[in-house]
Amino acid sequence: MKLHVSTTVNGEPAEFLCSAEQSLLDVLREELHLTGTKEGCATGDCGACSVVLDGRLVCACLVLAPEAAGRTVETIEGVAKGAELHPLQQKFLEHAALQCGVCTPGFIVAAKALLERNPDPSEEEARYWLAGNLCRCTGYDKIIRAVLDTAAELRGVTR
Amino acid sequence: MEQARYEAPSSLGRAIELLGQPGARVLAGGTDLLVQMRSGRAVPRVFVDVKRIPELARLELGRDELWLGAAVPAAAIVESAEVARLWPGLVEATDLIGSTQIQGRASVGGNLCNASPAADTTPALCAVGALCVMAGPNGERVVPVERFPTGPGATVLGPGELLVGFRIPRPPARASDAYLRFIPRTEMDIAVVGAGVAVALDASGRCTSARVALGAVAPTVVVVTEAAAALVGSRGEAAALAAAAEAASRAARPISDKRGTAEYRRRVAGVLARRAATAAFERARAHGATA
Repeated sequence: MKLHVSTTVNGEPAEFLCSAEQSLLDVLREELHLTGTKEGCATGDCGACSVVLDGRLVCACLVLAPEAAGRTVETIEGVAKGAELHPLQQKFLEHAALQCGVCTPGFIVAAKALLERNPDPSEEEARYWLAGNLCRCTGYDKIIRAVLDTAAELRGVTR
Repeated sequence: MEQARYEAPSSLGRAIELLGQPGARVLAGGTDLLVQMRSGRAVPRVFVDVKRIPELARLELGRDELWLGAAVPAAAIVESAEVARLWPGLVEATDLIGSTQIQGRASVGGNLCNASPAADTTPALCAVGALCVMAGPNGERVVPVERFPTGPGATVLGPGELLVGFRIPRPPARASDAYLRFIPRTEMDIAVVGAGVAVALDASGRCTSARVALGAVAPTVVVVTEAAAALVGSRGEAAALAAAAEAASRAARPISDKRGTAEYRRRVAGVLARRAATAAFERARAHGATA
């Protein structure tokens, strides 16, 4: 028997059916067809499946889908406003802070959570906050520059 | 096989009932349980999600003690400036757990229940004299943290019993703690050795009580009373610190594995105990009468 779960995804009510041991990541991708959230390791090491659950940055692969009942989930699909990119997305493009792109949604979701808490992170703070997001094309430097540049832009500072 | 079930009880009583069922497992942050499931090491039949039980989800600083619910995520602890001021060592141990994403879910209670000999928060909890409150079919019981793990992956929890949370006594004035661990890199690794130290000083700066605990050097956390005794009566002078370090090295009963040899770990246990004691003394002096 499947469980019926009602939740909120990117501000909209969402419902799905799942089994008890299914991950939130699996349901986002397979049931809700929100495939922006990626599966890398499925063991919480790589951060490709980063989402925000009730205001906390988590790995969707380490959340059981039924845990989402009555909670709020924010994914990469909720970051842009329609066709208008979020400043982080724009800066990732400008800095070429991606190569294959599989880690990118996780980095954007995690970086957005950082800037919401800390609008002026130091490079070290940004690197520590994003240490749970792995990029195997080795683009960390560009990623960090994109994040810090976004932070400066959002604070209205020219770097 | 029958399908697994997911339950999210809102009361302790219901959780205990559910945990009596075959294959029931507590689900707090899931950062150990779900990883164990993926590798086939755990096959839960009933997930008992305890995060909707008020006692387990609460972090509350009272006049005499801190209540730290067993399912409170690390991130909530690390964010609390008041908890960091009173227990900087416990907070630095908590902040060593995994990445930002892991800290959004992983709990100190889960870290203890997983019972890894290398768990970072366990020596830190021992240093500050934390008590574990457990509830089960036979009621409530309380044990000091050092008595909770009984071996790698094993704890005192009986069938149907769960960890509800920790009672952590508020430190007096001129008391503080520190936790240090050694890993071969800067972030996200398993302790080769960990050391937690708490000290309380009198108005003249003399140590009136101390606790020293080591991780990753024995099957379970080691509370080193001889190291604590070496600190008591001192002002953190080099001779007292050296005696504490020597006692810590003597108390370590490590194994050799890929992270380090037994000999190396014994040595590092002393070094870390000394450095953590130094930090705890400095913090306790800086604390003055503010606690």
